[in-house]
Amino acid sequence: MNRRAIFPNTVLPYLLVAPQIAITLVFFFWPAAQAIRQSMLREDAFGLKSRFVGLDNFARVLADPAYVNSLQVTAVFSIAVAVSALAVALLLAVMADRVVRGQGLYRTLLLSPYAIAPAIAGMLWLFLFNPSMGTLAVLLRQAGFDWNPLLNGGQAMTLVVAAAAWKQISYNFLFFLAGLQAIPKSLTEAAAIDGAGPAKRFRTIIFPLISPVSFFLLVVNSVYAFFDTFGIIHAVTGGGPGKSTEILVYKVYNDGFVNLKMGASAAQSVILMILVIGLTFVQFRYVERRVHYS
Amino acid sequence: MIENRPFGRLVAHFILIVGIVLVAFPIYYTFIASTYPTQAILSPPLPLLPGDQFLQNYSDALFGGARSIGSVSMGRILLNTTIVALAIAVGKITISLLSAYAIVFFRFPLRMVFFWMIFVTLMLPVEVRIVPTYQVIVDLGLIDTYAGLTIPLMASATATFLFRQFFLTVPDELVEAARIDGAGPLRFLRDILLPLSKTNIAALFVITFIYGWTQYLWPLLITNDNSMNTIIIALRKMISFTDADTQWNLVMATTILAILPPVVVVVAMQRWFVKGLIESEK
Repeated sequence: MNRRAIFPNTVLPYLLVAPQIAITLVFFFWPAAQAIRQSMLREDAFGLKSRFVGLDNFARVLADPAYVNSLQVTAVFSIAVAVSALAVALLLAVMADRVVRGQGLYRTLLLSPYAIAPAIAGMLWLFLFNPSMGTLAVLLRQAGFDWNPLLNGGQAMTLVVAAAAWKQISYNFLFFLAGLQAIPKSLTEAAAIDGAGPAKRFRTIIFPLISPVSFFLLVVNSVYAFFDTFGIIHAVTGGGPGKSTEILVYKVYNDGFVNLKMGASAAQSVILMILVIGLTFVQFRYVERRVHYS
Repeated sequence: MIENRPFGRLVAHFILIVGIVLVAFPIYYTFIASTYPTQAILSPPLPLLPGDQFLQNYSDALFGGARSIGSVSMGRILLNTTIVALAIAVGKITISLLSAYAIVFFRFPLRMVFFWMIFVTLMLPVEVRIVPTYQVIVDLGLIDTYAGLTIPLMASATATFLFRQFFLTVPDELVEAARIDGAGPLRFLRDILLPLSKTNIAALFVITFIYGWTQYLWPLLITNDNSMNTIIIALRKMISFTDADTQWNLVMATTILAILPPVVVVVAMQRWFVKGLIESEK
């Protein structure tokens, strides 16, 4: 990142970075430091005094069955969201790459979920599948299926996974399509001349070549499922029924703002911080490999 | 197209159409629901074609349904959301452009420290510092203000990286030529760099506008007063499945109103959006 021609100036550059750095310090670094500090303090029952307890909050959080449950729920939720959003998007992208006419139109029609807020994505699915007024819920019940996501944890999970994956399809589709279109046509043509059909070409040439894009998307989708789906959970299930959809971000919010357990919430924040640092590291560690094809 | 397989192409079109129907159906269904009265929505299944309450529901949602969202008019809520989304988009683009400009075109002590500070914000989404950030907003007296709703979301590592990446490709000769012609750094920024960055700015505008419009957790925390709600928060407050008074026809119409502006922006600015999305992740 070194250039030869630069402007000699002593004050101006500081003025230019000042707004960004000020926001970073006040709203990112200071609160993050506070989260770390609070995670090692415990308040008394009236919230008047707090004392230093070291890593005790972490030990308590990790030993709490509700937290362990939330970890498991998050794992199931994230894997289900990432796998289904990636699989559907890849299928659609491969098909879109194959057609000659109408590709632009298909892309336009697949774009809209990207622009929809996660909370609203959740509501749209809830309108369809709410047991009292959702048309599809009624049809499911008429077909003899006992559908009630308000009481059945597994069904509630299915509903939030569907909404979360649905919202992510357009993003994944755009990246897969860009990845597929970057593959040199000469490679697939050569394989076709050698007698490889579409399925074989996909397995032996196309899939290996888009695996960096897929890996990158896997990381992005995990981050999305971990952090950006708060709105879906909050709007659709509120973590229920019986904590069966209480993902980690929802629990941090709930413990901090509803149950007012500051130490526990801060300790959970710090654990999430470590998680996101890990994911960012993985993403940048493999960034080099990805650039070739995108 | 490598070999001519009419049947294979037909299958591809078929799968794409099925995919689009699946993707579009939840939106379509909500639109259909927004054209029926509440009683029809509450007695499913709904027909697949629109009803006759379109004008009634939307004019109610826009001009008459105020009592269901805490005596605040829909106009005010849409105005709030637009202000928030635009302020976040313009703010993010401006401060990222300025800091990328400083980092690429100047040499100064702490330059790399600043660069890494901006980078680290990637690892600190609101969700991992939620309670203390809320505390900062309370201490600064920014609850229920536009400043509180927007300024903390304006820092952007991705936008800064995108501009930095682009600035690095600007040839040194251009900078030298500008300097020989007597242009100072601000003149160079305004007359040369800004016009060159137009496409990047357009792309980032779409991405950041949508980011601002779709915020949920942050406005949920920062607004107590209903008159400061964004449309998504207002919509959440309108919905109650246990309350028999929920006006579902207005809920459906409001949902469509909340979806429409960002979808229009994405579709209308599709070309820049797709380019920007893919490049900003590099």
